[in-house]
Amino acid sequence: MLTLERVSKTYKVGLFGGTDLAAVRDVSFSLQPGEVISLIGESGSGKSTIGKMILRLLAVNGGAITHDGTDIATLRGSALRSYYRTVQGVFQDPFSSFNPIFKADHVFGLIRGVYFGSASTAEWERKLNDALEAVTLDPGQVLHKYPHQLSGGQLQRLLIARALLLDTRYLVADEIISMLDASTRIDVLNLLGDLKARGLGILFITHDLSLGNYISERTVILRRGRIVEMGPTAAVFGQPLHPYTRMLIASVPRLHEKWGQIDAGVRAGSGWAPAPGERCLFHAAVPDGGAAADLAGLAGSGLAELEAGHFVGCVAPTADGTCGGRSASAA
Amino acid sequence: MTTRAPSAGAQTPDVVQGPQGVPTVPGAVPVGGRPDPRPMSRRGEILYFALRTKKVIIGLTIIAVFLVLALIGPIIRPGDPDALIGPLGASPSADWWFGTTSFGQDIFAQFVYSLGSTFLVGALGGGIAAIIGMTVGFVAGYRGGWIDEVLNMITNVVLVIPTLALLLVAAAYLSARGVVVEALFIGFTSWPWAARAIRAQTFSLRSREFVNLARMSGVKGLRIVFGEIAPNMSSYLFLTFILLFGGAILIAATLDFIGLGPTSGSSLGLMMYDAVAWSALQLGLWWWFIPPGVAITAIVGALYITNVGLDEVFNPKLRNT
Repeated sequence: MLTLERVSKTYKVGLFGGTDLAAVRDVSFSLQPGEVISLIGESGSGKSTIGKMILRLLAVNGGAITHDGTDIATLRGSALRSYYRTVQGVFQDPFSSFNPIFKADHVFGLIRGVYFGSASTAEWERKLNDALEAVTLDPGQVLHKYPHQLSGGQLQRLLIARALLLDTRYLVADEIISMLDASTRIDVLNLLGDLKARGLGILFITHDLSLGNYISERTVILRRGRIVEMGPTAAVFGQPLHPYTRMLIASVPRLHEKWGQIDAGVRAGSGWAPAPGERCLFHAAVPDGGAAADLAGLAGSGLAELEAGHFVGCVAPTADGTCGGRSASAA
Repeated sequence: MTTRAPSAGAQTPDVVQGPQGVPTVPGAVPVGGRPDPRPMSRRGEILYFALRTKKVIIGLTIIAVFLVLALIGPIIRPGDPDALIGPLGASPSADWWFGTTSFGQDIFAQFVYSLGSTFLVGALGGGIAAIIGMTVGFVAGYRGGWIDEVLNMITNVVLVIPTLALLLVAAAYLSARGVVVEALFIGFTSWPWAARAIRAQTFSLRSREFVNLARMSGVKGLRIVFGEIAPNMSSYLFLTFILLFGGAILIAATLDFIGLGPTSGSSLGLMMYDAVAWSALQLGLWWWFIPPGVAITAIVGALYITNVGLDEVFNPKLRNT
């Protein structure tokens, strides 16, 4: 199991790094094998930062990410290599994921050197062909070609094949379909579904709600680095609790709706922010003002559990993340 | 796709049917078909394209001509190139190919000996500067943090040292200076801009996804620098070396020309220094200063042409295939 416990990430910005920019604050959730969690949020909400922290490409500032009980920040050398054997990622831009001066099979050469040093050439080629067939690619068509000679969908599937070659159990898929066109998009999405059926745990990072709804069991909605709502996908999309989630769902254009046919007043707004003096609706509903001390792993992260497994964040958080409406509603 | 019996004249002779009946020109990878079972290695491929790029061939040919001249010249004209053996101030002729100085020295002999020391200064000075610059640039750019701060500070300190003043001091202490000393001096003072350029480039490549992918493949830092980042900027690195090589030759010529050059041996810059010092310009002895001037210009120019061509060789996207 891959668990995030109150993970925070702060970037130093400004002259001499004097200003702190909190990209991720107090994020806790866990990913099991065979489960897809979609991590949804607008640009800058910290969703890619979470993915990079899980992949150990960025260091965690607060909290911890554990893999089967081991804090991944402590991994070095061979322990880190075996971590990458089970946890892998695919990124948004397939063209930037390949070094343009090497042929596409270079990405396989890299893992061969590190993980399959003892395998014979025939054995390796059999494995490679199996992995490519699993992502419906013809080895003869894609290997020995430069990245710019292949399509985005082919490159993205090559990267998934690379993850399959290792004994990947958790895949961080960071906006992997955003740059593909509509027809290849569904292919890659269905491929992820197949992988889930095979027992892979997938963190599906996206800003597209319909994609998240299509593929995932659980949904985590992020806003400004903080979880605003989290729960089973059906519950989050069916009965959204947080006004931000409602706004997001309302702002998805429907296939048979046209701009001109909708009254201006009914059109979804482009953003949401807590109104001044707005009181928190949720923490008042939970005993003890939503301190939620009994919720394992979520204590103090400002989330209230309103239904089983359906958590919602404060509507009017204060600057330090505690519930702004709490004292008013508790009184 | 329909199959039909091959008949004479059905195909034009220079177009052959590739796999799956796709017409291809010989040597091209057939679209959609299986490529050559043994594809070229990266090194082989670079050589293949380098030898088919006109600019590279032109540039390398010019360099090779001067290099050969520098190597066989001393065999054609053995002995001291500064010996006073010819007529005074003779123009080029069958006996004295490049003419003689106003003291009767053979300018061709001086020229070929000087070419050798020019290449030595370029290769040694440029090479040392390139090695220091690349090491500092790669380490600072890839590691970042306090290592970057320290290396950057050292780079900037060396960058602002007034080279000429340092050389004047050195000239005062070293009574006998050879070409090698001059090359070392140039090498150890001309690397900072290269380090800064490579640092900046490494910094921008470091955050690219393919570097992340290599890290997620368990590849170690040093191998990421030399296996992913350096190949990606290989034409840039080559440009850096060429600029440092050409720069070292020009700096050496300048130092020689103002009289801070080697006290022994000869160089193209020293030849021009002598020509000006003994009024070759005013006396109309053009054969004294034209050959070294043309040689310096041609060598540096040929290096630039080679580099422009190599850009196409190293970057698969620029190849016309």
